[in-house]
Amino acid sequence: MDATMDKMGGGTVQPLDKTKGTGAVSDPIFVGLLWASGIFVLVLLGLIIAELFQGGLPALQHFGLEFLWSPAWNPVTEKYGALVMIYGTLFSAIIAVIVALPLSFGIAFFLTEIAPQALKRPIGVAIQLLAAVPSIIYGMWGFFVIVPLMAAYVQPPLIATLGQVPLIGFLFQGPPLGSGMFTAGLILAVMILPFITAMFVETLESVPPMLKESAYGVGGTTYEVYKNVSVPYGRTAMVGAIMLGLGRALGETMAVTFVIGNANRLSASLFAPGATIASTIANEFPEAPIGSLKLTSLLQLGFILFVISFIVLALSRALVRSKLD
Amino acid sequence: MKFTPALGVIAVAGTLFAGNAQAVDFNGAGASFPAPVYQAWGAKYKEKSGNALNYQSIGSGGGQNQIINRTVDFGASDAPVPAEKLESNKLLQFPTVIGAVVPTFNLPGIETGKLKLTGDVLANIYLGKITKWDDAAITALNPDVKLPSQAIVPVYRSDASGTSFIFTSYLADVSADWKGNVGAATSVQWPAGAGAKGNEGVSGTVKNTVGAIGYVEYIYAAANNLVVAQLKNKAGAFIAPDVPNFVEAAAAADWANAKNFAASMINTAGATAWPIVSPTYVLLPKDPKNIEASRETMKFFAWAYTKEGAEIAEKLHYIPLPEAVVKQVEDAWKSEIKGPDGKPVL
Repeated sequence: MDATMDKMGGGTVQPLDKTKGTGAVSDPIFVGLLWASGIFVLVLLGLIIAELFQGGLPALQHFGLEFLWSPAWNPVTEKYGALVMIYGTLFSAIIAVIVALPLSFGIAFFLTEIAPQALKRPIGVAIQLLAAVPSIIYGMWGFFVIVPLMAAYVQPPLIATLGQVPLIGFLFQGPPLGSGMFTAGLILAVMILPFITAMFVETLESVPPMLKESAYGVGGTTYEVYKNVSVPYGRTAMVGAIMLGLGRALGETMAVTFVIGNANRLSASLFAPGATIASTIANEFPEAPIGSLKLTSLLQLGFILFVISFIVLALSRALVRSKLD
Repeated sequence: MKFTPALGVIAVAGTLFAGNAQAVDFNGAGASFPAPVYQAWGAKYKEKSGNALNYQSIGSGGGQNQIINRTVDFGASDAPVPAEKLESNKLLQFPTVIGAVVPTFNLPGIETGKLKLTGDVLANIYLGKITKWDDAAITALNPDVKLPSQAIVPVYRSDASGTSFIFTSYLADVSADWKGNVGAATSVQWPAGAGAKGNEGVSGTVKNTVGAIGYVEYIYAAANNLVVAQLKNKAGAFIAPDVPNFVEAAAAADWANAKNFAASMINTAGATAWPIVSPTYVLLPKDPKNIEASRETMKFFAWAYTKEGAEIAEKLHYIPLPEAVVKQVEDAWKSEIKGPDGKPVL
């Protein structure tokens, strides 16, 4: 203790009023820098939103609000609409969440309740590594491995069987391309899995042990404790985690572009090729000349994606926070 | 590399000598289709002149944007730019090399050149009207080939590209249906099929999917030994995609009446002309800011048009420009590109 004091004070103890002087100049600068950093983020975000909105405004003025629900995307006749992309973005992201959700539940509960200590770390690290894989790698994996598998072994039998069932048959019709909404949703599911799982683990770990032990104490089985204690306790936070995963899936670009089939057509089938906002922008941006309606339409699409992501993120924040309070 | 005094001396001496010859670096950006030949030319040209070309392959639209903003010394575009746009942005457009687009397909047991198609059948496949390989329209063209009752999966470029522009221009030329309902552009609203990114995406999808058909640039098909189909040309003959047949198509183009060198080579009349052939263009400002770089760009392409440049292009499966056109381009440089003093740059 004395030694550190010596180092700090340079050996001699100074009167209080004199030592205070050293921070008189540096401290306001430091505080000012901190303010600047904080404000910088706000200004940056504001500018991006403003720039996107302004860039996309001509498209909105030209097509009116119809832009939002017009299914056209025709560069030849210069008729653009966002419906196909909004639909594709939401559809693929929702497939991803539906596929990822049970897996995440399983992994998270296994890690917190069942897994022996020796297995906890490897699985935890593996999940973190999944999150670290760059999205282009998922895209290549999807394109070279998953798409051919889907085209050869998954889609043909499903089309032949489920595709013939009345009511739900429309979901499984069309040629077995391999690529399409469902494949995109699967790849996205793998990509958002680590994020949802990590938040589930956190939530499940925050369940007070006393609650669980009491439940076990009155004779609850593992499943009953899970269903009646752990999940209800963290329900809102879990919904928040799902929304966060949804938010990530909405904006994913490279991997989706590789496997979604990139068709500007509206179709209900899971196996039909489609397009998302992000994949359309990635595909069309290099060939959109300045001042063209196409470029402003793409910027408008970007703005719409921003708004959708913002809504989803705001919802997830609100839900996660409501649990913490 | 370790910097030693000796190397320093060489470097300084090098700069001094290059200073005599005025080392000028010039920048281009745009179409990805001619990028390999521009890079190869650039490397050879640097050896010869010491002046380096920096070409960024960012797509035709990007090339047009950058040259309109004058952030590069020349832009490159696969599709010709409309005359009004050239006018309003003070740009000179000229062709550099010629390329072809070829259909590739995946039917086990059917090899390159065994499948014969017409433009109309191709258009109907991409329109979603012909959906099976044993459709009467296809079997009638291929009486000797046993075609399976397999669904056809048309594959197209998902990224907007000059290749799609050339291909859809051809379909619009041969099919009124295509022209009326879809049209020709770097990206269109495809009525059927699935999109994949880039030449490698299209060929990869075709390779992976039995029954698929796609289209790629010939340079890509040749380099990767893709299975390609024959097409019926305007003269009525079934033609294999091969360099002499592309040259024939290029020679048959109507250069004399083409404004801004935008000569169509789609479906030309030559006896063995391959029907899907098109030049790729460079855009050069008529009022260059950087006179030196503009002059160097023209010198570079003048060299690329020579026998030495043409050989490099041919090695990469491009077709050099016919000599008569080269002459016209060089005349246009002299009369159109002027410095602030009103004198020709070249």
